[in-house]
Amino acid sequence: MLIERKWKRWVYFYIPLTVFVVGTLFPFYWMLITAIRPDAELYRSWRAATNTPFWTLQPTLEHFRDLMAKTTFPQWLWNTFFIAVVSTAISLFCGLLAGYALARLRFPMAGTLGTSIFVTYLVPPTLLFIPLANIIRTFQLGDTPWALILTYPTFLIPFCTWLLMGYFKTIPKELEECARIDGATRFGAMLRIIFPIAVPGILSAGIFAFTLSWNEFIYALVFLSSPEKKTVPVGVVSELIRGDIYFWGQLMAGALLGSIPVALVYSFFVEYYVTGLTGSVKG
Amino acid sequence: MAQVMMKDLNKKYDEVHAVKDVNLHIRDKEFIVLVGPSGCGKSTTLRMVAGLEEITAGEITIGDRVVNDLPPKDRDIAMVFQNYALYPHMTVYDNMAFGLKMRKFPKVEIQKRVQEAAEILGIQELLKRKPRQLSGGQRQRVAVGRAIVRHPQVFLFDEPLSNLDAKLRVQMRVELKRLHERLETTAIYVTHDQVEAMTLGDRVVVMKDGWIQQVGEPLELYGKPANKFVAGFIGSPAMNFVDVKVADANGALWAETQGLRVKVPPIHTSRLVPYKGQQVTLGIRPEDLQLASGSDPSEYVFDAVVDVVEPLGSEILLDLRAGNSTIVARVEPTVRLKVHEKTRLALTPDRAHFFDLKTELAI
Repeated sequence: MLIERKWKRWVYFYIPLTVFVVGTLFPFYWMLITAIRPDAELYRSWRAATNTPFWTLQPTLEHFRDLMAKTTFPQWLWNTFFIAVVSTAISLFCGLLAGYALARLRFPMAGTLGTSIFVTYLVPPTLLFIPLANIIRTFQLGDTPWALILTYPTFLIPFCTWLLMGYFKTIPKELEECARIDGATRFGAMLRIIFPIAVPGILSAGIFAFTLSWNEFIYALVFLSSPEKKTVPVGVVSELIRGDIYFWGQLMAGALLGSIPVALVYSFFVEYYVTGLTGSVKG
Repeated sequence: MAQVMMKDLNKKYDEVHAVKDVNLHIRDKEFIVLVGPSGCGKSTTLRMVAGLEEITAGEITIGDRVVNDLPPKDRDIAMVFQNYALYPHMTVYDNMAFGLKMRKFPKVEIQKRVQEAAEILGIQELLKRKPRQLSGGQRQRVAVGRAIVRHPQVFLFDEPLSNLDAKLRVQMRVELKRLHERLETTAIYVTHDQVEAMTLGDRVVVMKDGWIQQVGEPLELYGKPANKFVAGFIGSPAMNFVDVKVADANGALWAETQGLRVKVPPIHTSRLVPYKGQQVTLGIRPEDLQLASGSDPSEYVFDAVVDVVEPLGSEILLDLRAGNSTIVARVEPTVRLKVHEKTRLALTPDRAHFFDLKTELAI
């Protein structure tokens, strides 16, 4: 064992870590404090004698009440949830099968196919939304959740496929060979042996896909127009900023409520998530 | 229980011809070992029997069924893998029961068979554990147990002992042999370890570069290797090879090279006559060399200088130089020789081997 000097531990570990943690968490703290600060304090001059920018003495839930009553926020929440769940499910299903095939089956052009799937992930949505908008209009899907449910997989499927392909490759192929000799078909071996072992990978792909579609902005902004059809990220920004007036309290309340589901999902599955990204399986 | 036939078996990957014209008749209840250096096609052959690799050309018969187009699950075989391939998310019991469950055996029967197999292998206390809680040897036992509960027609072993440490490997080797005597199931066993091959196999198949080099009982391979490769592969330390010239002198044939001249033993004389004046390879196993005593016929004795002494306890390995050739001799542990010391070696005449220099086939 090395006996480290105390100051080294501080310089190389505690101080950088503290800076990082504070830097990361401060925006969240700011969001929280703004959401519960009364309007009077929010719009007070920065130089006012009573200004207390980092805390508040009169916390209020007024902004949350306004958010629920004056906007269609619950509806946005539901829209976002519905779209995220369905598009994640579709992407996970396709990603599982495609990832398995690319990792395990030998077929012509497998490598090329894998790469081209990855390349589609690299096309930025800021370019892709233009042709996609055309397609959505042709199929008359504009302003419906299906516009997003069908476009999100354009980036979710490549993502899931690659993450899962990598994970499947870490599972020794003898496991399913053994299962196939033991009496399972290839599909049976995949279902009974490979998928249960790949649960951490599948979960992290699912969580990631869910988060990506939950936070997605540009497609949602382009394809949805009615206020009650919007998702949280778009709704909050487009309905709570009117001209140059920012409804800071409600904006932050909406952002706070909007990030809770994602935070919950992560906290439940954090262990799977970590093994899914780093771990492998030992036979 | 069944015989396995391979007829003109071939396997080609894109550019590699991994298995070439393999013909093999594995008899019912036989324990056959495929052995060879890595890349010799032994594992590929086994995997074709298992149905995990497609057959490029040829035919495999298990029992009296041609299995070329049967999926692995319908071939009635069981396989043990080098990395054990235990299902990590299942308990030992479920691992062993998996194959039976897939085949829709009644629960009582499954339980009976798993118990029975667990008893044979001494793993009853482990049934509720997960694979990750087991040691290497225990995992190996579970993998074997998973194979035997099914009572398959053929066992396939793909280097099952390679991941174990040396001591455990010897122990499991003995157990596998005992198990085979008890179950009497046809077994095909792949290994790169010639000691495993010799000790386990009823017959041993030596492979190289996709070709079968020789098939035979262990002592037959050892005593009458078909070519130089088999001669050098089987046996440890390996057979000594010296390139010699066949010369005619005093009405007898002599094998000679610089610093080494021995008479061609009578049993080889007639076969070596056509090689008169040509180069051949002389092969002598280390144990067929002794320190010469006065009673050894002088025509089989030659001079050598000790290079390295390796005392192993039960025997001593001497690395010697005879002229330009390096030779290993296995001698009694009582021999006291030092490095650089001169000595005289005698070879056992009827145990010498001769190989054609070009074809490397035994003469």
